[in-house]
Amino acid sequence: MQAETEHNRSFTQMVRNPQALAAAARSNVELWANLLIIGWALGFMLWQGVGFAITVGTVFAIWAILSVSLNLVVGFTGLLSVGHVGFFGIGAYTVAILTSRAEYEQLRTEAIPTFGWPFFAALPLGVLLAGVIAVAVGVVFNRFRDDIYVLVSFGFAIISFNVFLNWRGLTRGAFGIHEIPRPAVGGWVLDNELAFLVFTLAVLGIIMLLSWLIVTSSFGRVLTAIREDEQAVAVFGYRTTHYKLAVWTMSAMMAGLAGGLFASWTRFVDPNSFILLESMLLVAIVILGGLATIWGSLLGAMAFVLLEEGMRFLPFLPEIHVGQARLVVLGILLVLLMLFRPQGLVGRYRL
Amino acid sequence: MRPGAEKIDDPFAIQTDDISKHFGAVKAVRRLSISIPKRGLTSIVGPNGSGKSTLVNLLSGVLPLDGGIVIIEGASLKVVKAHENPSHGLTRTFQEVRLFDQVSVWDNIMVVLTKRRLFPAMLERVKPMQRDRARGILENVGLWDKRDALAENLSYGQRKLLEIGRAMAMEANIYLFDEPFAGLFPEMVVKVKEILNRMREQGDTIVFISHNMDIVRELSDHLIVLDSGSLLAEGDVDEVLSQPKVIKAYLGV
Repeated sequence: MQAETEHNRSFTQMVRNPQALAAAARSNVELWANLLIIGWALGFMLWQGVGFAITVGTVFAIWAILSVSLNLVVGFTGLLSVGHVGFFGIGAYTVAILTSRAEYEQLRTEAIPTFGWPFFAALPLGVLLAGVIAVAVGVVFNRFRDDIYVLVSFGFAIISFNVFLNWRGLTRGAFGIHEIPRPAVGGWVLDNELAFLVFTLAVLGIIMLLSWLIVTSSFGRVLTAIREDEQAVAVFGYRTTHYKLAVWTMSAMMAGLAGGLFASWTRFVDPNSFILLESMLLVAIVILGGLATIWGSLLGAMAFVLLEEGMRFLPFLPEIHVGQARLVVLGILLVLLMLFRPQGLVGRYRL
Repeated sequence: MRPGAEKIDDPFAIQTDDISKHFGAVKAVRRLSISIPKRGLTSIVGPNGSGKSTLVNLLSGVLPLDGGIVIIEGASLKVVKAHENPSHGLTRTFQEVRLFDQVSVWDNIMVVLTKRRLFPAMLERVKPMQRDRARGILENVGLWDKRDALAENLSYGQRKLLEIGRAMAMEANIYLFDEPFAGLFPEMVVKVKEILNRMREQGDTIVFISHNMDIVRELSDHLIVLDSGSLLAEGDVDEVLSQPKVIKAYLGV
């Protein structure tokens, strides 16, 4: 009885107090977003069967690694980069070139050297290369902020795409690199789709753990302060350029890792996988899920992949229009989100 | 004589020698040479646009010097770097309150209590000692109950107090407060006065900008009057305020 009156009191208080009401509504939106997307994923899995779910799950895991890593830069540090796909591509091409065993010399088209490295030797090198290039690019990017930052990162995406397309002696340009082997340790090859899914999910788990350690450390707190007022952070004794460069480089290395997984999973890379649009979609996922929340990025990636794959099955939509239609839907979704929920599905911060 | 004794005997916390700053054609600070004594409260007054905030921005490295030298705690600097402020024992607040808006009140304080170097900061998690200090400061400025709120959701007076709290957390020797009393309710003014007086009792050097001459008379030990980016008068408060040129420039009579 008493509990009931207390409940009633708190309810009337809530109605009288718009802030409390807004807070309650907000937490409910988060709950509903979580339930909806996870329920959708489970339903999709039951409907389409395990085989398709494994494929979708792997695509999700790779997008999720990318979006969690980009959120470190965009959400936590406030640097709106649309060049993340460049590092994704660097990782993918490094793994593709180093592991490929195809005899391109016998083809009449572009021949490239083949190294035949094992996947687990090529992957760290791809990550490292993404990191080295990120340091070089980041030193320059540190001179810019806000709108100009978006533009220079845009430039990076364009340049990296053109390198993939035109450095034909290394990348085979538009022909792409075929027959990239799956990861193998000794005699055990990860050619089973389920095994590969488990592997990518494990990598995603490690990336999430790393990101969590980063953002909950003192370093992470400084990053959020940089997002809010970089000059004020500097006044309190922080070399903000070092902090920005460090998080940028770590994020780029994670993207490189995702690229390596992607190359090995699809067994084929060509420049079309690394166009600017992919970067834009990635930024959209981060904003959709919510800035500065690791879980949000996961949820955003899941919603995006479900949207992308789910629209294939719309009965009234011809197969050839699926690609464009999903962009239209995503675009409308983003506009609605910015209008009614600028902090994203489970986020707390605005752009 | 002990090594370093000379530095201790230096009667000035901050000196400037011929410093200048211009924004395009506007000369905000012109060949200004001032001395701020160690310990006690020094206030900087002057009409709007006289270069008070620019002076504080130059001393804290927020704006680069166009010329001249700044001497802080005996260190002679041609270039003042903002991130080196703590090594000079200097901290500040801003005229337009600059908090980390979309960050909790708690983290606004914690951010100045943690390690500055990149790699140690990556490995550092919050320690009980830091937690106690943050709690002490938040209780001191009366914002302990608001610790989980985002800074942007505080009232103006609370934001001002939080910014002062953040400066206190630095445990500096020199505090530069840019208009700490502007826009505050009378109770808040009393609170900020208390904080400044407590700092003075601890032997800190406090510099503040204010337009309120009653507060300036009441609190200051030393007074600097600026006009059009130049020094108009400097010295003991009552003596300076009785100078005819100060009365003329400041009160316009």
